[in-house]
Amino acid sequence: MDTKRTVFPAKGLPYLLVAPQLIITLLFFIWPAGQAVKSSFEREDPFGLSTSFVGLLHYARLFQEPAYLASIGRTAVFALAVTAVSMGLALILAVAVSRLVRSATAYSTMLLWPYAVSPVVAGILWWFLFNSSTGILPYMLSFFGVDWDHQLNGTHAMILIIVAASWKQISYNFLFFLAGLQSVPQSLNEAAAIDGAGPFKRFWTIVFPLLSPTTFFLMIVNLNYTMFDTFGVIDATTAGGPNQATNTLVYKVYTDGYIGLNLGSSSAQSVILMLFVIVLTVIQFRYVERRVQY
Amino acid sequence: MKTLNRVGLAALSLMLSTSVAFAATEVTWWHAMGGELGTKLEEIVAGYNASQSDYVVTPVYKGSYAETMTAAIAAFRAGEQPEIVQVFEVGTGTMMAAKGAVYPVYQLMADMGAEFNPADYLPTVVGYYTDTEGNMLSMPFNSSTPILYYNKTAFEKAGLHPNTPPATWEDLEAYSRKIMESGAASCGFTTGWISWAQLENFSAWHNQPIGTLENGFGGLDTELTVNGPLQVKHWENLKKWQDEGVFSYGGPGGGADAPATFYTGECAMYMNSSASRAGVLANAKDFEVGFGMLPHYADVQPQNSIIGGATLWVLQGADEAQYKGVADFFTYLSSPEVQAGWHQFSGYLPITQAAYELGQSQGYYEANPGSDVAIKQMTLNPPTENSKGLRFGNYVQIRDVIDQEFQALLSGDKSAQQALDDLVSRGNQMLRDFQAANQ
Repeated sequence: MDTKRTVFPAKGLPYLLVAPQLIITLLFFIWPAGQAVKSSFEREDPFGLSTSFVGLLHYARLFQEPAYLASIGRTAVFALAVTAVSMGLALILAVAVSRLVRSATAYSTMLLWPYAVSPVVAGILWWFLFNSSTGILPYMLSFFGVDWDHQLNGTHAMILIIVAASWKQISYNFLFFLAGLQSVPQSLNEAAAIDGAGPFKRFWTIVFPLLSPTTFFLMIVNLNYTMFDTFGVIDATTAGGPNQATNTLVYKVYTDGYIGLNLGSSSAQSVILMLFVIVLTVIQFRYVERRVQY
Repeated sequence: MKTLNRVGLAALSLMLSTSVAFAATEVTWWHAMGGELGTKLEEIVAGYNASQSDYVVTPVYKGSYAETMTAAIAAFRAGEQPEIVQVFEVGTGTMMAAKGAVYPVYQLMADMGAEFNPADYLPTVVGYYTDTEGNMLSMPFNSSTPILYYNKTAFEKAGLHPNTPPATWEDLEAYSRKIMESGAASCGFTTGWISWAQLENFSAWHNQPIGTLENGFGGLDTELTVNGPLQVKHWENLKKWQDEGVFSYGGPGGGADAPATFYTGECAMYMNSSASRAGVLANAKDFEVGFGMLPHYADVQPQNSIIGGATLWVLQGADEAQYKGVADFFTYLSSPEVQAGWHQFSGYLPITQAAYELGQSQGYYEANPGSDVAIKQMTLNPPTENSKGLRFGNYVQIRDVIDQEFQALLSGDKSAQQALDDLVSRGNQMLRDFQAANQ
């Protein structure tokens, strides 16, 4: 089969057509990232009155700081847990809804609502539900012998932010899974059913592999979500506490830079975070994507 | 009556403001007073705008203290800063060090020929915002100090005298146990602001140093010293009391959960800012509230407590006419009527001696028992090097460290000595960073 090739005679036209995209990328992505790299090598007072070059000092110090190293592990736990929980539940919900003949729209609409809630509001909602003195969940948990106290118990606090951050993300994952499920040809399912395959076998051997592009896309989006977008949720629920048990990398960037006005260290942290995400994404595209069938 | 007139004038001026605004110089004031305090603040500003026609002050609410401060700093970097910004006490070190960014108040008042005498202000308040040469750098506006609130009804139920708050920590512990045993309340006490109430004020109240070089007043190479035996003893006790249910931890920062436990009668005593007074009285529906000074350990004579709250800093970059307006507005703001009105409404300290005296002559303190506890506690003794306040750079971050170490103590990860030692070494690192960035 021949590939059809189009040849544009004009030399400058393609560049002109890509230019707006390139300018936006440079202006809003590359330039700020460059600024972050630059200020990670500097020590500056909050008002920007005096700046001095300190080389790799901020980086060196970060990797000597036990709190920062602990934060890396904590972030990994948080990111994996939120991705697994929110994608797993979203898939179950999407499968359940896609089986419905009637009222599927009503269910979808309801399941999408949490996505419209801002991270801080979502955080406060869960903070209320889990509040150890006034919340309903600790009261219910006390019947099972669980003494809930996320203000002093680091594990409880971590569970709280995982629940809150997952709840917020389920809607988004649900929407994509539902769309993915609806694009699976019904004929394949029917054919398998005629061959005698049960519902679980049909799901694992036909539906789920066909969902793999969606799953792969969501994995990357979710990891990025947990790495970058969750500081609002954390701020409203635990504020990184107790004793930094929920101080993830991105929340530390926020508190050190925005609240503490320590711009140099905060920039160094955001550069490291950026590198982490780049490496993760590369690994995913190189190794995980091979298992994806488009 | 005077304030009522002002409100009337303010309303009138709002109607006329379209014609006045052309001639008037505009001054912008970024503040962090939300809710009822914000409404009162706007009333004060409206009163000022109505009292003269040369200047128009525009108050802008910018969120929490930390948000207001960071917003002002970001604005300064962008060259869009307001003329006046309200900065909380822990930001003082940062603002002081920003020499090219702030216009010190003493200098502003002198340059603009405004009437200004630092001796008119309460020494404990002024001392906090004055450099070692005695120059006042920012304008005091809302200063407060932590005091003890207690549930008189629970005291009575437990057989304690409702008009005798505990004077010492030993009393406080004994009272708490008595209250808990009698079933009058399920917890003895709680507190807002661990760092402010149970470390900084605790140290000042017991005349212990918080840091070297006069708690940081003497220079940038100061070091924290809050790991002394008395502070260790106190944190050990807090841990023990938490384990036994005598004390209930209200959370980091301001201690968001502390007020609720007091309001619902769960805890019988509560330490927090004197500016919480209005909130406490409004929320304590089922019991009578008593006011007392902070407790001290029996073997130590109490010294005086230190303030919190915020002051008004003037930023560089405005023109002469605007600074004239700022000076004029500050003069108005410090007038006894305005200050007494603000103090009596909010529970913040009266900033000037005259405002305090005005309240006395109005009979305000007799009519509102307990409303002068904060002033008495602040002025109990002349401030010493250990009790005139504190001034550290990066202190917003250090406060976070204090909260973290306190949580490590309560969760049993660290002993009191270990937590305070770690606090000191981590805090000192931040002080060194600040020193390096500001030299």
